[in-house]
Amino acid sequence: MFGLANPTKFMRFSTLLLPYLVIITLGSLGFGLYTVFNAPEDVLQGPLSRILYVHAPSAYLAQAIYVFMALANFTGFIWRHPLADMAAKNAAPIGAVFALLTLITGMLWGKPAWGTWWVWDARLTTVLILFIMYLGYIAIWQVIEDQVKAARVATIVAAVGLINIPIIKFSVEWWNTLHQPASITTSGSAIHPTMLTALLIMFAAFTFLFVTLLFISVRTEITRRRARALEMRILQKNIAKTNSALKNSEAQ
Amino acid sequence: MKPLLALLRRDINLFFRSGGGAGQAIGFYLVVIILFPFGVGPDINLLARISIGVLWVVLLLAILLSAERIFSDDLEDGSLTLLLTAGPLPELVILVKLIAHWVSIALPLLLITPFLALMLNLPAGGLIPLIICMSIGSLGLCALATIGAAILVAIRRANQIIALLILPLYIPILIFGVSATTDMTYQIEKPYTSLLILLGITLISLIIAPFASAQALKANL
Repeated sequence: MFGLANPTKFMRFSTLLLPYLVIITLGSLGFGLYTVFNAPEDVLQGPLSRILYVHAPSAYLAQAIYVFMALANFTGFIWRHPLADMAAKNAAPIGAVFALLTLITGMLWGKPAWGTWWVWDARLTTVLILFIMYLGYIAIWQVIEDQVKAARVATIVAAVGLINIPIIKFSVEWWNTLHQPASITTSGSAIHPTMLTALLIMFAAFTFLFVTLLFISVRTEITRRRARALEMRILQKNIAKTNSALKNSEAQ
Repeated sequence: MKPLLALLRRDINLFFRSGGGAGQAIGFYLVVIILFPFGVGPDINLLARISIGVLWVVLLLAILLSAERIFSDDLEDGSLTLLLTAGPLPELVILVKLIAHWVSIALPLLLITPFLALMLNLPAGGLIPLIICMSIGSLGLCALATIGAAILVAIRRANQIIALLILPLYIPILIFGVSATTDMTYQIEKPYTSLLILLGITLISLIIAPFASAQALKANL
């Protein structure tokens, strides 16, 4: 992990890895969708229950990415690992999109299943709050121009968020509960095996999707920074040239 | 201990004498509470039902909006850098500034709460629970607002961001503040459970806030 702190090494490593990642992601997504449409429908909800295969993996990723982001920030904060900060920065928009996807699929599911687009239920509210926290985190990176300073402030925001998410989750649950409790627990699963297989494949596919997207956006960020550095160098050269030309003309 | 007490006295004095500090927050609290009956209608029973929630939400916003002042004045005249680099631990300095902010912003708000509660037709026997819960909760609110204020020092030009960052963190205090007040007002069985959780969240916030704020300020020095 620490070898990859060097952007050049990371670029070389990711150039090799990225094609395989893309293939694995597309393959597992395709296979996942195939199993989803072959999995039996829910007795009560019919084809509606297929929303689950997008809804649940997005919800899992929305939460997992926040933890990943905070851990990446810690790594950057403690070991001054520049790539970790970039990973955290670029994971946030992806996480926000997954949180939004969870909300939208949940609302689409809620209208026919519960008869309303939105209820102030504990889980819905928690994801909504998570989405807002993502927005706040992204905003920090946007408004602070100095990236080193932005990384430090972002770490604090992520850390405070990470401590508070369980508290928020607990208090919102105390406040109101309507959503069904988690169906998959460590002691077993309440979902039928055929549906569970499809669901697990979708979980894996979404995780690969996140890793691929993260790699691509970190690579873009590195390229962008290099382009800016080059631009600055050219500018400096031009300024130096004009300065020396001015001096020469003054001397004459 | 002595320098910290001196700092506490200085901050409270500055807040009250520099004008606008507590006054602004009180004005905001008063005006927004008065707006509610215009928004939902003058029905006394409806107002009684929503009064606890409305008072809490507006208190929360009033504290959040005045949070910027915790560091901004000291930042402008340069004394913030001196306070953080010389003398006691920065975390302790921040804790003192937080308490000073509570004394000069939250306490005046708590003092006018009884009058506003009367206007919103707060249920009988609800005033004392409300004041108890609010005085505990507002300390937690001030603590979290301090983190926002410290981050704002690094940003300066984007004041609205503080709402986006801090309001999600306010939700637990709001939930347990309101439920503790309601439980104690209506004398349900075990009326103090929510109050204890509210106390717990406030204490956690008081622990997190100085450390997080100190790091945020250090990033900017």
